Amino acid sequence: MLDVAIRKADGSTAVDLGRRAAPPLPVAPALAPILPDGLRRGSTASVTGSLSLLLALLGAASADGAWCALVGLPRISAEAAAEYGIELSRLAIIEQPGSGWTTAVGALLDAVDVVAARPPGGRSGLPPGDVRRLAARARSRDAVLVAYLAGADEWPGADVRLSARDGQWAGIGAGTGRLRARQVQVSAEGRGQAARPRSATLWLPAAGGGVGTVPTVAPVVKLAG
Amino acid sequence: MRMVAVWCPDWPVTTARLDAGLPAEAPIAVVTANHVVACSHAARSAGVRRGLRRREAQSRCPELAVLARNEAAEARTFEPVVAALESIAPGVEITRPGLAAIGVRGPTRYFGGETGVLHALSRAVGGLPALGGADMLIGVADGAFAAEQAARRGLIVEAGGSPAFLADLPVETLDPSGTAPLIDLLRRLGLLTLGAFAALPARDVLARFGPVGGWAHRQAGGRDDRPVSGRRPPVEFTVTLDLEPAVDRVDTVAFSARGVAEQFVTDLAGHGLACTCLELQAFSENGEETVRRWRHAGVLSTVDVLDRIRWQLEGWLSRPGRPTGGVCRLRLVPIEAVPTGAHQQALWGGSGEEDERAHRALARVQTLLGHGSVLAPVLDGGRDAGQRTRLVPWGDEPATVRSPEQPWPGQLPAPAPSVLLDPPRPAQVLDDAGRAVVVTPRGAVPHPPARFGFSGDVVAIAAWAGPWPVDERWWNAESARHVVRCQLVDVRGRAYLVSATMAVDAPPNWQVEAIYD
Repeated sequence: MLDVAIRKADGSTAVDLGRRAAPPLPVAPALAPILPDGLRRGSTASVTGSLSLLLALLGAASADGAWCALVGLPRISAEAAAEYGIELSRLAIIEQPGSGWTTAVGALLDAVDVVAARPPGGRSGLPPGDVRRLAARARSRDAVLVAYLAGADEWPGADVRLSARDGQWAGIGAGTGRLRARQVQVSAEGRGQAARPRSATLWLPAAGGGVGTVPTVAPVVKLAG
Repeated sequence: MRMVAVWCPDWPVTTARLDAGLPAEAPIAVVTANHVVACSHAARSAGVRRGLRRREAQSRCPELAVLARNEAAEARTFEPVVAALESIAPGVEITRPGLAAIGVRGPTRYFGGETGVLHALSRAVGGLPALGGADMLIGVADGAFAAEQAARRGLIVEAGGSPAFLADLPVETLDPSGTAPLIDLLRRLGLLTLGAFAALPARDVLARFGPVGGWAHRQAGGRDDRPVSGRRPPVEFTVTLDLEPAVDRVDTVAFSARGVAEQFVTDLAGHGLACTCLELQAFSENGEETVRRWRHAGVLSTVDVLDRIRWQLEGWLSRPGRPTGGVCRLRLVPIEAVPTGAHQQALWGGSGEEDERAHRALARVQTLLGHGSVLAPVLDGGRDAGQRTRLVPWGDEPATVRSPEQPWPGQLPAPAPSVLLDPPRPAQVLDDAGRAVVVTPRGAVPHPPARFGFSGDVVAIAAWAGPWPVDERWWNAESARHVVRCQLVDVRGRAYLVSATMAVDAPPNWQVEAIYD
């Protein structure tokens, strides 16, 4: 199905012809400021900088009933995944796809709603044709392909690129306390509706696990008297 | 009905032992829900009994290996024994994994007497490598119940001698777990042996104890006349497709297989059955073969069967060790069939269409990459991040080994680290002077960590917390673990969970267990 829409300069839709019937996958409320429309089905996203960000991105969709698969990522803690809201019974992990990476990701896109994958040997380890074919497969199957990349790598043709940087841990001192929460600068840029770059400061993980919003305005303090 | 029973004592123990790779003489107890359900001979002689709580069993036998029960594996490991029995006579009746019986009337004539049958049977089961040296007892008697009791004692009961043989046995024999209310009632009535119970008039027993009592009464009297039923080799439902000439393209095979797949499904449906587990065998013209079992969350339809043919052949024909010739024969064997009425799709949620599709895709990836390539995460109990995540191959029962609900004192509170290193990777945790940081036996850190070296480069530490000592299983020299854990944040803002063993005579071996990525 074609995805035709005429958009205004600020990214909002003016005329929409043949818009996809499938509703977007939900994202956690804390991620809503940077992904206001959720995860559009059939799109490709890329995540850099933090695996927690990837898990946070999958969390709300998985809790909502979507199936997720992780391909070629390092060993994920099931506990952390559950803290971000991922339903473990709907999560499949393929740690070492080996030379069958493209085949495995392609087969998974057929039926799994969100496929998060780290290409072997970075982006450059993958022929451009495969990148295009996988994006096309995700589009035709209404699945979401999330590429997890290291450092400054970029996934060509990604509809939205999420990155996390400037992590600052709270709750830990010099031999005191423990790791409680981390404040991270998360930014999203891309094309189409996501063309306008957005960014937000998030707790990733928040105290007690999960993702939370850092209030930008100082809280109103009621003075006595 | 003359029957031969084969009994493997402590079958849950044998299976768990083979899984864990322990020797036959080790003291082992198999537990479910914290209670011992079976134990090995060595454990029994140390005082471990069925029904004990795990703690109590361990206190009676400190070197006891406690293993979890795996009923699926029990059935799987028992399969060769069943196949050996089936080679003697069809119609094997499996009471439970570890205990099976066959009628011997036919084989007696064929082998020339019961002794001939027993010789053939011991030859068939004696050399099974899968049993790993487990004991096996054989008994012959009239009726399945008497044969089972004969097998437990390794006896041959003469024809017609079953009632006399059973008469002296205690009533608890009817239900070894001793939990059935009937047994309790009989004991309180003063009927302590099967003979005393069997002497009651059958009509009165039926009137007082109902059909369950009536059935137990028949068993106690050795009048166990239920027909040998249950497992019959499902030969009549097996379909075979011969391809002439041999074909080396998956789609061509799948196209030709449409007819047999349809026949396979309709044959079963004609008997009111539907297949839930299917064995697919494919043979190449040069003698190579591939055999896989496909279990399905629902009932296999023609399309599902064809899908599985396609996936298995795709995996077979595309992997490095591909067959040298084309496919010349396909065989579909139903492994498990359920009455058509028994399977129903979940009404709300559960195995909906989406889940079905996802399961199918994952099964397909599993065929492409091999068993164990697709994993399902399970939340487990434990004090360390690494212990709390377990990965099981897709399709296996995602059972927890240790309950995550228990308190596990000493575990780190949330948030959990996102990336686990398995095995942990060595790292350097250094103080100001460049020496490895030492934690004293009293938990003090005389020289706090200042620099951290991991995967090649050494950076300064911005913050750290700990040390938290873990002293686990100190009563067992083999599984004891004594480590200190710390959390570190380096100047680049990356956080790590590190641990080390503190020994008096060796420098601490710091290693990274998990990363808060």
